[in-house]
Amino acid sequence: MPFGLIKYGFNKEYPARVDLPPACDLKDSYDVVIVGGGGHGCAAAYYLATEHGITDVAVLDKGYLGGGNTARNTAIIRANYLTPDGVNFYAESVGLYKELSNALDYNIMYSERGHLTLAHTDSAVRTMRWRAEVNKHLGVESELIFADEIARLCPTLDLSDDVRFPVLAALYHPPGSIARHDAVAWGYAAGAARHGVEFHQKTEVTGIVKEAGRVVAVETERGTVKCGQVIQAVAGSSSLVARMAGFKLPIRTIPLQACVSQPLKPFLDPIIVSGSLHAYVSQSARGELVMGGSTDPYPLYGTRSSLDFKEGLMAHMLELFPFLGEVKVLRQWAGMADMTPDFSPVMGETPVENYWLDAGWGTWGFKATPVCGKRMAETVATGRVPDILQPFRLSRFEEFDQVGEKGAASVGH
Amino acid sequence: MTCPLNGPRNISEFVYGGEVVTMPDPARSTDAEWADYVFLEENPAGVVREWWCHAPTSFWFIAERDTVRDEILRTYPAGEVFKDRIDFP
Repeated sequence: MPFGLIKYGFNKEYPARVDLPPACDLKDSYDVVIVGGGGHGCAAAYYLATEHGITDVAVLDKGYLGGGNTARNTAIIRANYLTPDGVNFYAESVGLYKELSNALDYNIMYSERGHLTLAHTDSAVRTMRWRAEVNKHLGVESELIFADEIARLCPTLDLSDDVRFPVLAALYHPPGSIARHDAVAWGYAAGAARHGVEFHQKTEVTGIVKEAGRVVAVETERGTVKCGQVIQAVAGSSSLVARMAGFKLPIRTIPLQACVSQPLKPFLDPIIVSGSLHAYVSQSARGELVMGGSTDPYPLYGTRSSLDFKEGLMAHMLELFPFLGEVKVLRQWAGMADMTPDFSPVMGETPVENYWLDAGWGTWGFKATPVCGKRMAETVATGRVPDILQPFRLSRFEEFDQVGEKGAASVGH
Repeated sequence: MTCPLNGPRNISEFVYGGEVVTMPDPARSTDAEWADYVFLEENPAGVVREWWCHAPTSFWFIAERDTVRDEILRTYPAGEVFKDRIDFP
């Protein structure tokens, strides 16, 4: 039916869907400027426009939308953290994610798989019990399971004793999910653009202008833009942009590498994580195994891949799934992660008035995209940091009141 | 990486130890100054001076490294920088 198809294509009743309007000139001034057009920046713009009626917003990105860590994460969504502050925060995010495709009218391919964190040592089992109890107390589904149940959920996993680190137990988190990461940024951007938010790609911020301790304008390659408030959401470059604004962060920029295998028939339903083996894996809708491990051993502003990383990761992958020995790696990449000392983000107030921070997203940023956007938007609209973000304030470090989530980080250490 | 004690060695033998920073006087510094020393990082995109340890020999030294080009520019013993002995009470 080629003719019918062409007719359909040119029919005015079915116009092509335009997600983002074409690029326009920068205005002289905006109510809110969001530095960084990743998932977090786009989500903040979306909630500012939809929930708070603030539409005089510009999102600036030095590259393209969702081209940084939004495009480079392994798309795992979960809420089974260790501290009550962390669990509450990520649980709100999982709730928003579940409804997101409908809310945005944009398919983010949300796929609930269940999430298994394997324990290979007695101390790991203890931490899993701790996490399960904290989770259950706060209404997050999470339980400790043993070999029979693990085998039922993931029959292909090697549960035998003749490996270096046999699996003793697992923390089972049924709401654990994966999603199409790019679609999250695109969906939020399209939703925000429908309400009049401007997106300026290839627009690098080169300076932050302050007057009397308050941010008044943002300098870009394309000229200076006055602004009422600024949200900084530039994972990987957080320290550099914060330095423009005149303050230091408790962040080291360390690459996090990942890779995918050639596509295989579906065999792996749950997401499998092993902190002790520094490996995690899920199977995408395309059949590729999405694999990652711990962060690189030293800070770097670069996204190169290394053989050291792949050798270490694959050795451990083969211990979990020995039959993958002949499978080829198809693609590899890295993202620059903002690692904080306590494995929690840094959000909210900064030493600069009206300059709000959304940083320190290390290896756990994608799963928090909706809650960050929503709560950062609330912060900007009300001028007050909501209670759910308070534990993650920058000043927690000089108050020595950190939110220790290292025990719940998949493999970031 | 070239260890000042052991010569060129595979990078996997070394452990990164953080930026070289000056410790404020613990008895006199404010909480903010101490937190700055303990937690805050310059984290520059460019040349940084930092501690490294050759793990098999536990030898700590200083390296100058470019964090954009992923290049080690120079390594030297800490004695080149820290010449005075510090006695803790």
